[in-house]
Amino acid sequence: MLERLLILSAILFCIGLYGALSRRHVIAVLISVEIMFNAVNVALVAFSRYVTPAALRAAGEVTPIAESTLLAGQSFAVFVIVVAAAEVALGLALVIAMVRTKDSVDVTEASLMRR
Amino acid sequence: MINEAAVWAIVGLPLLGGFLIIAVLRPWTRSLWQASASVGIVAIGGAFALSLWALNSVRGHHGESIGFSPHSWFTVGGDVTQGAFELTIGVLLDPLSAMMAVVITGVSLLVQVYSLGYMRKAANAEDGAFVDYPRYFAYMSFFTAAMLGLVLAYNLIQAFLFWELVGLFSYLLIGFWFHRPAAAAAAKKAFIVTRIGDFGFMLALMWLFSHRGEFLVRGQNPFEIPDINSAAPLLSASLVTWAALGLFAGAVGKSAQFPLNTWLPDAMEGPTPVSSLIHAATMVAAGVFLVARMFPLFEASSWVLNVVALTGGVTAVIAATMALVTNDIKRVLAFSTVSQLGYMFIALGVGAPGVALFHLLNHAFFKCLLFLSAGSVHHSVQTFDMRYMGGLRAWMPVTYGLTVIAGLSLAGVFPLAGFWSKDEVLAAAWSISQLTPGTGAGVVGQATFWLALVAAGMTAFYVFRLIILTFHGEFRGGIEAVPMADRAADEAHSHVHKGESPLSMLVPMSVLGLMAIGSGAVLNSVIELGPVPAHWFSHFFNEPSPELVVWIAGLSMTLVLGGITLAVAIYGMKWFDLARMPKQWHMLNRVLDQRYYMDYFYETLVVRRALFKGVFLASDWIDRKVVDGTVDLVGWAGRNTGKFVGQLQSGQVQAYGIAVSVGVITLLWTYLVRS
Repeated sequence: MLERLLILSAILFCIGLYGALSRRHVIAVLISVEIMFNAVNVALVAFSRYVTPAALRAAGEVTPIAESTLLAGQSFAVFVIVVAAAEVALGLALVIAMVRTKDSVDVTEASLMRR
Repeated sequence: MINEAAVWAIVGLPLLGGFLIIAVLRPWTRSLWQASASVGIVAIGGAFALSLWALNSVRGHHGESIGFSPHSWFTVGGDVTQGAFELTIGVLLDPLSAMMAVVITGVSLLVQVYSLGYMRKAANAEDGAFVDYPRYFAYMSFFTAAMLGLVLAYNLIQAFLFWELVGLFSYLLIGFWFHRPAAAAAAKKAFIVTRIGDFGFMLALMWLFSHRGEFLVRGQNPFEIPDINSAAPLLSASLVTWAALGLFAGAVGKSAQFPLNTWLPDAMEGPTPVSSLIHAATMVAAGVFLVARMFPLFEASSWVLNVVALTGGVTAVIAATMALVTNDIKRVLAFSTVSQLGYMFIALGVGAPGVALFHLLNHAFFKCLLFLSAGSVHHSVQTFDMRYMGGLRAWMPVTYGLTVIAGLSLAGVFPLAGFWSKDEVLAAAWSISQLTPGTGAGVVGQATFWLALVAAGMTAFYVFRLIILTFHGEFRGGIEAVPMADRAADEAHSHVHKGESPLSMLVPMSVLGLMAIGSGAVLNSVIELGPVPAHWFSHFFNEPSPELVVWIAGLSMTLVLGGITLAVAIYGMKWFDLARMPKQWHMLNRVLDQRYYMDYFYETLVVRRALFKGVFLASDWIDRKVVDGTVDLVGWAGRNTGKFVGQLQSGQVQAYGIAVSVGVITLLWTYLVRS
């Protein structure tokens, strides 16, 4: 089951990466970045559900049921969602600033870093 | 018996005098010019006295040297006991160096006394002739000291150092009137042309050093002159031949022999006493001295000896022909010196160094006197161009008489000095051709005999042409008749002064006049003359007595008298008008006047065409294209790499993202998939 979830995550990540690198509309780039975030979230949750940390297992202090309820990965995913929300807010602010200065939403026109 | 310190003092005194003048007197005494002159004259007088003492000490040694052992200077290649060789420094006092030291100091003393009068006129001249009196006497002292150092040198390195110093001070003295462009150019020419020969000297030293093994196995030193001379017959042929040729190249440069004879006529730009010194005792005598000094080395290679003799013979004739048509009195004398040095090289080349030295000695006296006479003439008429002289004997009887004596001596008229030594040269050349007929040496002896005989006739002609043009006939105006365009800048306001030169000039000239009469007959007389034994000079050098061959003497005298008669007929009696000679004669005249276009050949063809347009252009091309090109390529590569890398920074975030992705994928591929 883990493999399937990781493949799903990889597919999602690749779709997001492709979108982020190829789309010229800045909103589409932001959406693609969100897809990549969520691909990571899928991977984190999947690992959390199916993988027990080796240290805990070696200590032998956790029962199989306790194992399945360890929530480290899920909480990480929640953090990522929070950060992604903040990033979207920041990203949209940048989009507004870009529209105001350049009157455009095309990322290729945002080339001020060149000089 | 002389001690070593006294021999060193012969070199040291003029050197000290020079330093005293240049470092102590010159800063203060522009007004006290007598002080620097006195220091110079006293120093050289002391050296002359010591030289006489040295000569007297050497007299009883039968041609051997007085054994002053040399001192260690430094060693090369580690320990002396293990094959390293030691460079020494010392004095070599033998008949040759003692005789040379006496001639050099004696002539230099007389010339410096003469300079008192000659240079003073120039020093006081108000027409812009700037003379730095102390500088003049300092250079004269240094020049003499350098020459003395050369003749007393114990090893060739020491000799080479002084050899180069002679070149340096000749440069400074020829260019003494450095504000004249001609003098500055002449000084440079003299230095560069002699340097070409000096390079041969240097190669010979390197050659000896690279073959030091041949000396070291015998426990000898490759640079010490006595060691080289004693080992010369046993050394390998290539060593001897190339070393002798290299040394001879140096001698050719210094003694202005063909083909390096072009510098000497130009050197006439120096003050006249300097020319006198250069021509009589220092500088040009150095070449003859060097060959005589290393004579056993030359003797070991008969091939080189033939080269020496032929060079001398060719030079004697070529220079004499150049003198036939020259109008500048000093240049006539300069060509004459070149020609007479040719005689000395003939004598050396036919294996008679004693004869060469005898001619050198006699030549020193009469040639020095001729130059001093030319200076005396210039003192009066302010020019050296004989076309503007004439009739000078009316108010310069002493100068006239002395010039005639020196001229007869130079021409080789019996019984003056020049006759004896010139006759010995001819006899030596003839005898070798009779001793070894058919061999290389015999043929060369015969050829040089005839060359020398032809030169003897021409010598008589140009000497009497000089005397008649200068002293006889009508006075043609001196410097005042010279067109302004032909005058040097500082001669613009010169005036003729119709009177005899001061005593300070005439006394040294008279002393030289006595020597020019008697030095030949007395020093190497054919019969015993009271206290002087017969052939004293030859025996002093431990050489066989030259015999007086009557038919050779008669033949040369006939030619000499013929030359004199011709000169008198053309220039004195004006029986022929040279302007009405056929066209071919004028062409010949032109070729001689241009010195066979040798200067043209060197200056225009060799220097300007071959060197400037060929070698220098090629090296310039290499410099610009190869050397500069490499440097430019490095700069170009840096600039353009930067430009290329800079283009990667497009400002496009997505492009960076692609690059990062590709990088990450590559890393993943490398570390995960492949391992």
